[in-house]
Amino acid sequence: MTRQVKAVALISGGLDSLLAVKVVQDQGVHVEGINFFTGFCVEGHTHAIRKKEKAKPKRNNALWVAEQLGIKLHILDIIEEYKEVVFNPKHGYGANLNPCLDCKVFMVRKAHEWIERNGFDFIITGEVVGQRPMSQRRDTMPVVSRESGADDLLLRPLSARNLPETRPEREGWVSRDRLYGFSGRSRKPQMELAQRFGFDDYAQPAGGCCFLTDANYSSKLADLWRFRGAKAYEIDDIMLLKVGRHLRPRPNFKVIIAREEGEGRFLQGYRKQFVNLETVSHPGPLALIDGEASEEDIQLAARLVARYSKGRGDDRVELQVSGRDGVSHRLAVVPLSADEVPESWHL
Amino acid sequence: MKTVILDARRLLCPMPVIRVQDRLADLEPGTRLVAYCTDPGALIDIPAWCRINGHHIVETRTEGDDYIVVLEVGRGGNDRSI
Ligand code: SF4
Repeated sequence: MTRQVKAVALISGGLDSLLAVKVVQDQGVHVEGINFFTGFCVEGHTHAIRKKEKAKPKRNNALWVAEQLGIKLHILDIIEEYKEVVFNPKHGYGANLNPCLDCKVFMVRKAHEWIERNGFDFIITGEVVGQRPMSQRRDTMPVVSRESGADDLLLRPLSARNLPETRPEREGWVSRDRLYGFSGRSRKPQMELAQRFGFDDYAQPAGGCCFLTDANYSSKLADLWRFRGAKAYEIDDIMLLKVGRHLRPRPNFKVIIAREEGEGRFLQGYRKQFVNLETVSHPGPLALIDGEASEEDIQLAARLVARYSKGRGDDRVELQVSGRDGVSHRLAVVPLSADEVPESWHL
Repeated sequence: MKTVILDARRLLCPMPVIRVQDRLADLEPGTRLVAYCTDPGALIDIPAWCRINGHHIVETRTEGDDYIVVLEVGRGGNDRSI
């Protein structure tokens, strides 16, 4: 009896990994998926932030892809280990704080460790030569193979014919003739292949698979590092960067203001960790103060929050200020006018 | 039948799924796991993860702020490899 060849695929939830797995599955290989959770992923975790009524919760595309393919999916929590990739990327950052090349090396290295532990034969990714400016270039794709330690056990089925032969091809685990030679930024070949396989409802993430490719998100993260005096974050920090308006009126604190009800509900969960403000005389948002704020700072924060309440046109807005210990007091303030909120406060 | 409780409150998806996955790795087939979550996405993601990994969803329900998923560890679907 011939041995069942087994591969593990990096599943992001996008079209490329979906197709890459299908191409290899069709050659009789048993495939399972790995999905890495870095904390910055666009997938999932925005469910909780939305308004309840509107909550048609978004599906997790990695799980959806696995289900379409009929493969198991292992979701690995790499939040802690991944910090080093974000703090000190050997190959630097992309257009924003996205360390794409180091990230790919890291993920393929983890996948390589996984196949060694679990007796799998090789690794699949949906990478395509020339598709992404940093990690998927002709000169950087070999870097991923080499620095991850996976070497020629890393197969990119969509682009394999543009790349040197890998061990799965040499060993006859897959046939090179039935792999593809896609290259460049065009999505057309992938879309045609998807059509051929009968996939029509797939995710097409625009910039990348994580928030680090987002300019606005990256600038908030850079601000966090700058004012904390070090590159550091906890999972709650990076979750909170996705929620609300962030304004920094003074170097020692910033204010996170909910933009709608769903965000307000989400921020409620952080009331014991942050000094928080809520308008009581008028409908208004919940806000958290991140940093050490003096009485005077709290007064300023209260005026700022009042500006985002329904009382912004009134002379007096009353707020409830609650400390981390749950002790609260009332504060009446004059809302800041539009001119008193400089653009530079907005992160 | 053995029942195990998992508190995945205040975690955002996919963390509740990861907690379920890691907890199941030590459980015998037939064991029931009741996961308490506060992210509504858990009601979609945990069942999806169970379907693809061979576990059975017994019930999903909402109680106050909690989203609760009751599942049964599948036979042979239990993945001890991670
Ligand atoms: S977009 Fe994010 S997850 Fe994707 S390769 Fe770049 S850094 Fe990694």
